[in-house]
Amino acid sequence: MTGSHGSEATRAGVEVRLEDLRRTYGTTTALDGLTLTLAPGELVALLGPSGCGKTTALRLLAGLEEANGGRVIIAGKDVTNVPANRRDIGMVFQAYSLFPHMTASQNVEFGLQLHRVDQDERRRRAREVLDLVGLAAHANKFAHQMSGGQQQRVALARALAIRPKVLLLDEPLSALDAKVRGRLRDEIRRVQLEVGITTLFVTHDQEEALAIADRVGVMQAGRLEQLGPPTEIYSRPTTPFVAEFVGLSNRMPGEVKFGGVEVRGTQLPLVQKDVPAGPAVALVRPEAVTIAGDGESASGPLVGTVIAVAFLGAVSRVTVDLGDITVLAQLPTSAAADHPAGSRVRLALRPDPVLVETKEATTASA
Amino acid sequence: MTAAAAATAAGRPFAGSRRLSLSWTGLVPFFIYTALFLFLPTAIILVGSLTDKDGSFTLVNFGPDGIAQSYLLRTLLASLQISAVSGLVGAVAGALLAYAVATGNPRGVLRRTVTSASGVLAQFGGVTLAFAFIATIGPASFIYETMKDRGIDFYANGVWLYELSGITLIYLYFQIPLMVIVFLPAVDGIRPQWREATESLGGNTWHYWRYVAGPLLTPSFLGCALLLFANSFSAYATAAALITQAGPIVPLQISNLLTSETGRAQPGLAKALAFAMIVVVLVVMSLYTLLQRRTSNWLR
Amino acid sequence: MSSARRFRLQVFRIAVFVVMGLFFLVPIGSMFEFSTRGNSATAPRNLDAWLNIVKTPELSEAIIASLELAVITTLAMLVLVLPTMVWVRLRFSGLSRVIEFICLIPLTVPAIALVVGMVPIYRWININVNDSILTLAFAYLILVLPYAYRALDAGLSAIDLKTLSEAARSLGAGWATVMLRVVMPNMSTAILNASLLSVALVLGEYTFANLLAYENLQVAIAYVGLVDAGTSIAVAVASLLFAFVLLLILSYLGRRQAPFAQAGAADYDLAQTVGLSGGVIGRAGR
Repeated sequence: MTGSHGSEATRAGVEVRLEDLRRTYGTTTALDGLTLTLAPGELVALLGPSGCGKTTALRLLAGLEEANGGRVIIAGKDVTNVPANRRDIGMVFQAYSLFPHMTASQNVEFGLQLHRVDQDERRRRAREVLDLVGLAAHANKFAHQMSGGQQQRVALARALAIRPKVLLLDEPLSALDAKVRGRLRDEIRRVQLEVGITTLFVTHDQEEALAIADRVGVMQAGRLEQLGPPTEIYSRPTTPFVAEFVGLSNRMPGEVKFGGVEVRGTQLPLVQKDVPAGPAVALVRPEAVTIAGDGESASGPLVGTVIAVAFLGAVSRVTVDLGDITVLAQLPTSAAADHPAGSRVRLALRPDPVLVETKEATTASA
Repeated sequence: MTAAAAATAAGRPFAGSRRLSLSWTGLVPFFIYTALFLFLPTAIILVGSLTDKDGSFTLVNFGPDGIAQSYLLRTLLASLQISAVSGLVGAVAGALLAYAVATGNPRGVLRRTVTSASGVLAQFGGVTLAFAFIATIGPASFIYETMKDRGIDFYANGVWLYELSGITLIYLYFQIPLMVIVFLPAVDGIRPQWREATESLGGNTWHYWRYVAGPLLTPSFLGCALLLFANSFSAYATAAALITQAGPIVPLQISNLLTSETGRAQPGLAKALAFAMIVVVLVVMSLYTLLQRRTSNWLR
Repeated sequence: MSSARRFRLQVFRIAVFVVMGLFFLVPIGSMFEFSTRGNSATAPRNLDAWLNIVKTPELSEAIIASLELAVITTLAMLVLVLPTMVWVRLRFSGLSRVIEFICLIPLTVPAIALVVGMVPIYRWININVNDSILTLAFAYLILVLPYAYRALDAGLSAIDLKTLSEAARSLGAGWATVMLRVVMPNMSTAILNASLLSVALVLGEYTFANLLAYENLQVAIAYVGLVDAGTSIAVAVASLLFAFVLLLILSYLGRRQAPFAQAGAADYDLAQTVGLSGGVIGRAGR
């Protein structure tokens, strides 16, 4: 691929700041004071369930909706009161991105036409950016002649052609098939890195967010619950919501004492500090649950029967019934093969730090 | 006769090798019926317009002594004029109404009311419609009397309601709802994402209409306008109830020929007129179909 | 959308609805006004014009004749068109295009043109078969074909006709049973649609009746209108209300049959069936 994209000064990423953004619709608060800074060239993913405000945040940044409070600052300039068509952004939608009456290259050239780029330069740039997304051969096709994945790639090309300051992606993969999703996801990241553009990526799919983002912001009910690199979000969730939304969690009752939490005979360190002693629910990741051995003649709090084994390729997820609770263990498939459904096993918990929910927290997040 | 045949065909049991020939009898009633009451009349029109009293082929009915006579050409012109005006005005007004409806709540009461009302009003035609307008702005109406009392006599130069301009106005009453019904799907097909994409690419409202929404809606708009044209061109009853003079539009001319002496002297003339009408409507409807097909590709 | 733009849009919408609302409601209001006038400018309002409807034999006979025609046409439609469509779907799927084409022809042939070819045929019928107004049903069925076809086709597409009929036949049912007890109950809404559309069309029809010299409802209204405007306008209002009620029933039923479709889509489909690409029911009545 040509390296011309990252080398021009105007193509270097810019800083984007969202300061205390608020948006209400009547009595509903869609966004309740969001503050977020995107470093130049960074890809931040906003992750959360529907209604959490992630799309609202994106649309406020785009200028497609007006904020009820707060500021949007792009490259040091306050654009809160600037209409969408003058914010210099590029946007890819979840569906119906392309104009149906224009071919792929006409779609791409349209933005350039609006920016008063002359015809020859338009053609050249359109070709270049379609090449970047690998669709130069489809330049003369219409939307209804292309697959969903191809349409989204053209939409990406169209957004990038005008060399915007920020790239906004509103769940661009949600409407696509699973296989296409994975490939396109990596494609988007590759292009984003090559161009070096500051990007906001909104999704409800945590796998997507964790796979491509520099930082992930998990949102719920209009607020940002946690913001950090994917590994941190996954292994050190700071709230129960994040712990349960991102990855799987086993809810295992235990007792907080001696600076940690005792769960079924095993002492586990805590992620949080200053948790009061007493009963709590620990959120244990399936990867932290291992099968220590055969449980035929054993007894104890971690001995139980295998109910089901879900084959997921390289790993398998084993569901074990411990009598009072059911627990998910995740282990390499070869290891899981020794313990088919119906067999008795003895589990062990790895001493990874865990998040706990105390009584108040449980009722609050329930 | 047709009903009985259908019943026997349905009740007859199947017997092995005679199955295929028996199957065909199930279709016979329908084909006989349409042959007698659809194809036969059409054939009568076609053949009758091309033959003279002795039964030999002739083009007289299409020539200067036939439908090309000056008074008939004037009639044709009047019909085309009314159809064009009511078609165009109806199309524009209907498109605006459709847009106003489409930009509202898709499940709201307003939308349901307007679409149902359009369904009803597009029905409302003929005699009852003519009388409705006579009751509204006719010479004995409340509105006319009130305005006259205030010094505005809009029939000072003649009662135009009973003339071509009156017909055009009245036709709008069913043209506009028809436009709403047939154009609304196209307007619904315009996705909000296209507007937002235009904005994100730096365009404003004018750009959006000039380069996106306009080009997308134009084929459907034109098609629907053609539909309204054909609809107006074919309309008969409203004018019949309104106009008592000889026959300033083609449908009235046909009815005149069917019921008068001139008509009986030249039987081929009415048929030639009918033939001409069919051709016009056929051409217009074909164009309509072509334009709608293009639209359905884009605005599914 | 920015608040400025939303405001402009709302102003536009309100303006359109007010203007259109006036244009369409004023004539209807005027009809009510006209038909309830007293004998002179100062006489109080009354329902004399409405009562006249039953008192004028011309009108009451025409109403009855039109209603009878509506029923006959609808029955003929169900007996002729529905079995044929079912038969084609089951045995002659190659012919479905042909049937569709035939059924949609009446949309492109204006009634006023078609009637020219009907005149000689009806002259023959009057002499050799019957001269009753009810023979108009033959012609009306042609006019009804496109609407009936569309409505019934929608209903047939929604059920798996092949499987249903084969299941019934395998259990020993004859074709009459299949039609009456298996197919028709499963497309009750479509049949109701087609029937209501037929009724509305027949009641509103003027062209054929007038030029074939019969006196149906619309012809009677026009005739009485020359003499007594108030009464004929009262009938006009009544028939409009009747059509409105019919379509209201249609739209209510239509929504029930499409529970999973969006309300908008169901209404639209209904409007399409009603409106149809060629023009609407009153086409022959226009």
